[in-house]
Amino acid sequence: MKSEIVVETRNLSMHFGGVKAVDRVNFNLRENELRCLIGPNGAGKSTFFKCLTGQLAPTSGDVVIRDFNGTGRLPHQIARLGVGIKTQVPNVFDGLSVTENIWLAARRWHGAARARSLTSQTVERLKLGDIRADTVGQLAHGQRQWVELGMVVAAEPWLVLLDEPAAGMTHDEIERTVEIIREINQQSTMIVVEHDMQFIRMISSKVTVFHEGRILIEDTMDVVTADPRVREVYLGSGGS
Amino acid sequence: MSWTRENRWRAVLVLAGVIFTVAAPGVLELFTIINLSTVIALAILALSLGLIWGYGGILCFGQTAFFGIGAYAYTIAAINFGGSSWAVLIAILAAAVFAAVLGYFMFYGRVSDVYMAVITLTVTLILYSLLRRTSGPEYKIGDALLGGFNGVTSPPLNLPWAPYMPLFPEHVFYVGMAVLIIGYIICAWLIQTHFGRVSVAIRENELRAELIGYDTRFYKLAMFTIGGAIAGAGGIIFANGVGRVTPDIFNLYNSALAIIWVIVGGRGTLAGPVMGAFALFYLTSWLGTQGVVNNNLVLGLILIVFVLAVPRGLLPTFISWWDGARSRRAMQRRELKVRRKRSRRSSDQREVTHEK
Repeated sequence: MKSEIVVETRNLSMHFGGVKAVDRVNFNLRENELRCLIGPNGAGKSTFFKCLTGQLAPTSGDVVIRDFNGTGRLPHQIARLGVGIKTQVPNVFDGLSVTENIWLAARRWHGAARARSLTSQTVERLKLGDIRADTVGQLAHGQRQWVELGMVVAAEPWLVLLDEPAAGMTHDEIERTVEIIREINQQSTMIVVEHDMQFIRMISSKVTVFHEGRILIEDTMDVVTADPRVREVYLGSGGS
Repeated sequence: MSWTRENRWRAVLVLAGVIFTVAAPGVLELFTIINLSTVIALAILALSLGLIWGYGGILCFGQTAFFGIGAYAYTIAAINFGGSSWAVLIAILAAAVFAAVLGYFMFYGRVSDVYMAVITLTVTLILYSLLRRTSGPEYKIGDALLGGFNGVTSPPLNLPWAPYMPLFPEHVFYVGMAVLIIGYIICAWLIQTHFGRVSVAIRENELRAELIGYDTRFYKLAMFTIGGAIAGAGGIIFANGVGRVTPDIFNLYNSALAIIWVIVGGRGTLAGPVMGAFALFYLTSWLGTQGVVNNNLVLGLILIVFVLAVPRGLLPTFISWWDGARSRRAMQRRELKVRRKRSRRSSDQREVTHEK
């Protein structure tokens, strides 16, 4: 039995002047799926991601998230649907403590008492207990990424969108991030944008390959890496 | 509100303010007390900017616009109503509504920070030029002649709903201190509520605040409006302290001064800007009596020195110095204790060997 489609884009395009960063993309995501978006630099995956999350208003086409037309909405309106978003560059509240960061996310949708317990649960879940009182701006890059993941999951979203969650991480940190992502995926549908092939192999999910603003192929990692077109545009230059 | 370390200090400050309010008229000369009401009014203005800039992250270069509108609205309403009770409410409301309308276009129009500073400054200067040109008898609101660059004489405050009982100039000091202290308490409470914490979060990272679902435009607008209302309340005290409002309230000098108070006192604190306003007011008036150097030159120098050498401002710098000194002292104590214990142990051992 196939589950219901929860994210759909119809002919989604985003043009910057003459540059077609995203060009008539039709994309479907089913409930509980974990999908990776890959592609070489400039393939349009981050722009596509920004159109999904309301950071950019697409030039044409539609984004539908569970019967809700999300085209050209603002990020907080997308978040209101129960969508958790992590951006490429860590966007955290640098001057505030780890718990304050997570509390702010939890408190948006819950009462004071529930927000407090959700915050401590999330701190535990992401193993941030040792650094809970630290100022986020002083943490290491990997830790800041986890704080951001913590903010995403604290809101208990049903759909989680992550843009390069493993960027700039050490090997050990990547392994833990993969664990976290698998755990999040038990409750939520996910889209992960990434160009680290190692990382995607560890997640082992269905992969959508972007190239020049379009979807090149959509399949499992093994099929994708065996595809000669993919080898040419991506692995040929990226190496594997 | 929990009794964190910050709140203990805030309570001490409020207590100090109350003691000052009660004791000052007995100690200081009448002239000084009357003069103080003007400084207090400026301190309230500083507090409002300290709130929206230091906590809301909104750089408003024209906070004096709301301050001046409060002063003008108070004066005009008090003349027309023949009493100050409604005038006070109208003045605060006028300042808040003006801030809300201006803020709506800036925040919902997604104007960036730099342009926001330019727009707020420009609005203040527009008000300045506008009111300077109202010198003819045709420029009046009700019974109140606007009076061009001479301004309007402000009727004194009276006891609530008793226009026949006006306050003496020295009593304005009490009202001013009350507004300052209550305003301070409100701000200190506000920044600890959910609303206040979200505002601080927006200051830290607006995109993240949006991504976790907060409509940042609304939060900034609300913060801006509250700041406008507090500045408007300061304007009422100012009109009473000086006894007259003139367009000069909107001039470039004053709007820059408000920014300097906050920079000198310290962004991200509430007491800092208030102290900055007091300190710079007395510094400039002292320099004025000396007549040796130009005031503006000194102010400019202070601004440059602070931006370069003490960018966080006096209060935050002092706090971190104090914390550092305290932890150093604690560490020394601990070291001393360890050393003492060690020497005691070694002397014990010596005794043991002796007994052997």
